[in-house]
Amino acid sequence: MAAVTLLETSALSKNFGGLQAVQNVELRIPTGEIRAVIGPNGAGKTSLVSLISGRLRPTEGIIHFKGEDVSRLPAWDRVSRGIVYTFQVTSVYANLTCYENVALAVQRRMIGGLLDRLMLDEKRIAQGVDQALSQVGLQEDTHRRAGDLPYGHQRLLEVSMGLALEPELLILDEPTQGLALDEIASFCDLIRAISKRVTVLLIEHNMSVVLELAERITVMDKGMVIAEGTPSEIEQNEEVQRAYLGTDAAA
Amino acid sequence: MNRRISGKVLALHLGIIVLLLGAQFVLSSYHHTNVARIMVFATFALGYNILLGYTGLLSLGHAMFFAAGIYGAGLTVFYFQFGAIEAFAAGVLSSLVLGLVFGLIVIRTSGVSFLIVTLMFAQAGFLTILYFNEITLGDQGIVISQVLQPLTLWGTEYPFSDPAVKYNAALLLFAVTFIICIALVYSPVGRVLVAIRENEARTRMLGYNTYKYKLVSLVISATLSGAAGAMYALLFSYIGSTFASIQYSIFPLLWTLVGGMGTLIGPVLGTGLMFYLVDISSGLTESHLIVVGVVLVGLVLWFPKGLMGTIREKWLTWLP
Amino acid sequence: MSLGPHLFLALLEGTVAALVLALTALGLSLVFGVMRIVNIAHGEFFMLGAVLAWWFGSVVGGSPLVGFLIALIAGPLIVGAIAFATDYLILRRIDYDPESTIVATIGLLYIIQQVVLTFYGGDAKAVEAPIYFRVSFPWFGYSGYKLIVAGTSALLLIGTWIAISRTQMGLYMRATQQDEEMAQALGVPVRRVYALVFAFGAMLAAAAGVLVVPIQQAHYLMGLDPLLLSFIVVIIGGLGNLRGTIVAAFVIGISDGVISVFFSPTLAKILATLLVALVLVVRPGGLFGDEES
Repeated sequence: MAAVTLLETSALSKNFGGLQAVQNVELRIPTGEIRAVIGPNGAGKTSLVSLISGRLRPTEGIIHFKGEDVSRLPAWDRVSRGIVYTFQVTSVYANLTCYENVALAVQRRMIGGLLDRLMLDEKRIAQGVDQALSQVGLQEDTHRRAGDLPYGHQRLLEVSMGLALEPELLILDEPTQGLALDEIASFCDLIRAISKRVTVLLIEHNMSVVLELAERITVMDKGMVIAEGTPSEIEQNEEVQRAYLGTDAAA
Repeated sequence: MNRRISGKVLALHLGIIVLLLGAQFVLSSYHHTNVARIMVFATFALGYNILLGYTGLLSLGHAMFFAAGIYGAGLTVFYFQFGAIEAFAAGVLSSLVLGLVFGLIVIRTSGVSFLIVTLMFAQAGFLTILYFNEITLGDQGIVISQVLQPLTLWGTEYPFSDPAVKYNAALLLFAVTFIICIALVYSPVGRVLVAIRENEARTRMLGYNTYKYKLVSLVISATLSGAAGAMYALLFSYIGSTFASIQYSIFPLLWTLVGGMGTLIGPVLGTGLMFYLVDISSGLTESHLIVVGVVLVGLVLWFPKGLMGTIREKWLTWLP
Repeated sequence: MSLGPHLFLALLEGTVAALVLALTALGLSLVFGVMRIVNIAHGEFFMLGAVLAWWFGSVVGGSPLVGFLIALIAGPLIVGAIAFATDYLILRRIDYDPESTIVATIGLLYIIQQVVLTFYGGDAKAVEAPIYFRVSFPWFGYSGYKLIVAGTSALLLIGTWIAISRTQMGLYMRATQQDEEMAQALGVPVRRVYALVFAFGAMLAAAAGVLVVPIQQAHYLMGLDPLLLSFIVVIIGGLGNLRGTIVAAFVIGISDGVISVFFSPTLAKILATLLVALVLVVRPGGLFGDEES
């Protein structure tokens, strides 16, 4: 049974002045997959997902999502199409409570017409917030100021905000950074649970997380895709080893 | 609009309106007109605060919206003998249109660029009023009290020279504006505006077209400021180019900061405080505006959150 | 006078204005570029220069030339000291936060204006030109002093350029402007650079004020126009970009001069204001790109 392609990029490139951050990337992710993107620092992983989510405009290339060309769509329209990005550097609203943080996401899903912008049933929002926070285990912190949370919990808050947007493609940029081991374990459980409904694109440096969660892995270096395959294929891939070992040796 | 407006908040804010309603019966005539003036200016400050305190955009050009209101109302009375209500509508409409046009032009700017554009446009507006002096008579100013007909509602005449009419008209404007602001702040739109203030990029990635929201905020802010201007023309009669000068762009900033930007009561309190501070010091010296300077510097160094902002942070965290 | 000579007159006026404007705007531009802050009180430094020139002229007896020279040296120094104090007492304490700086400098504007109002008064006062001679063109006589103003401004601009490109402090300034973190890591005394740049910017404006005061009159509100014009120049010419500032000053100064002579000064200002607003709208990121990522 052929998997339906959710996301497809062709010849995707991004040029910053002289720096070629992303070169000619062809990526195809079928619905329901958990895809990891790995690579040394500066490989272009964040730039790639920024292009997909709309934070950056491509210099060249096309992005297809659910069959639609979204390359020129602004970021906010891509969110309504189902592409949700959670930030690498934590960008929760530090001065607002966790409730307010997630409410913004929940609310987005509920705003339909003009009248909705003026009045929304706060009870429904509260339900949505509760659900989202429970999924990541942060219900107790609902009314805490987001900036007061420990770093790892702020990352989880980011994820819950992403989930509250009801994504079809959830892009997680280094989500386990700063998490303790048990938190990482629950995180992996969470991802496995949601991947039944949501396609996940994961940037990770933590190889054990990658090997545990990913169904396919795309390896990038210097802006290009140098390998792609199942975790076991990637583990044995010589070019990948060179890219990683090469950076280690030089460091 | 149902967003957790707790009883406490509602009581406090509506209480202020009630307080002002009752005050007119106990104030001496000097303070009576002052408070009327303060309420009109407080409306201006509230409008300004929507953009600064709740959306995070610092403007140095709001005088143009205030002036649009004043001139919209004043000139229609002066030249076309508009009645009070039509003149008020004309003033509000002028500032709304100006806000919309301006907003559409500048919506992609932010931060320092936005600040400078507001400054430049307002200055251009000020100069334009002077340039067309034959029409606007901006240099010498116009007084419309002779031309303005009393307001006639259901058979009773309400002349604008009557202090009670002035006070209650100002109070009505203030109350309506105050309620609009409360509703806005607690609405889904208000939530997004605060998010834009805190982190615009993040808000975009949550699926919000932040440019549209900023535009809406700007138009609302401009219209409220213009409404204050229009009412000022009707109540206090004097229409002059000073109201379009940079002074009247700095005042709402001052009032809002003193009282606490990003709070609702703040701008109101700030307007009242600064009004009286300037009033008192003008009796002491010709250079009384120095208090404005000292207050601004003092705020920045020691009181960045303003009066209500500090109160909210330290004690009453439930204040909007 | 026919069109040609009229245009020539306009160009002369424009050139003088442009050079003085370049001097004033350069101060603002350097502060923008190196410190990334907007100084709303910049025009007041200009005004202080003018007022101090009047004061020196009235206090120092003898020929106006002596008073003028003293003013040209002492004026900027005094204003520079005031700016230095402002940086130390206020700007440093708010850590050069952009919004707070704007509010603080607005406060400073009011304080300076009102202090001058108290001690100098609200009237415009004339200052005698240090040198009076007329240069005779075939069609009209032109004030020789204005040409001296132009010349002195040009000299000061060149001097500034040399200071920035050839001295160590100039190097520090350019490094801080390019990449502050890097500069700090490399040992550049950034705080001191800030203080000096702020003082220097004020001094440039004050010098312009001293030069200009025999042509205009000194009035406590005269700082607003130079401030707005400086904004226009800096925006069109680019942040901290010396060459751009001078080019833009010429564009603005000359077109302002020409439109003022042929139409009206007010119209000239309206057009210039709208022009810069539109430039900003079309390229909001371009000139202040580092604040939008």
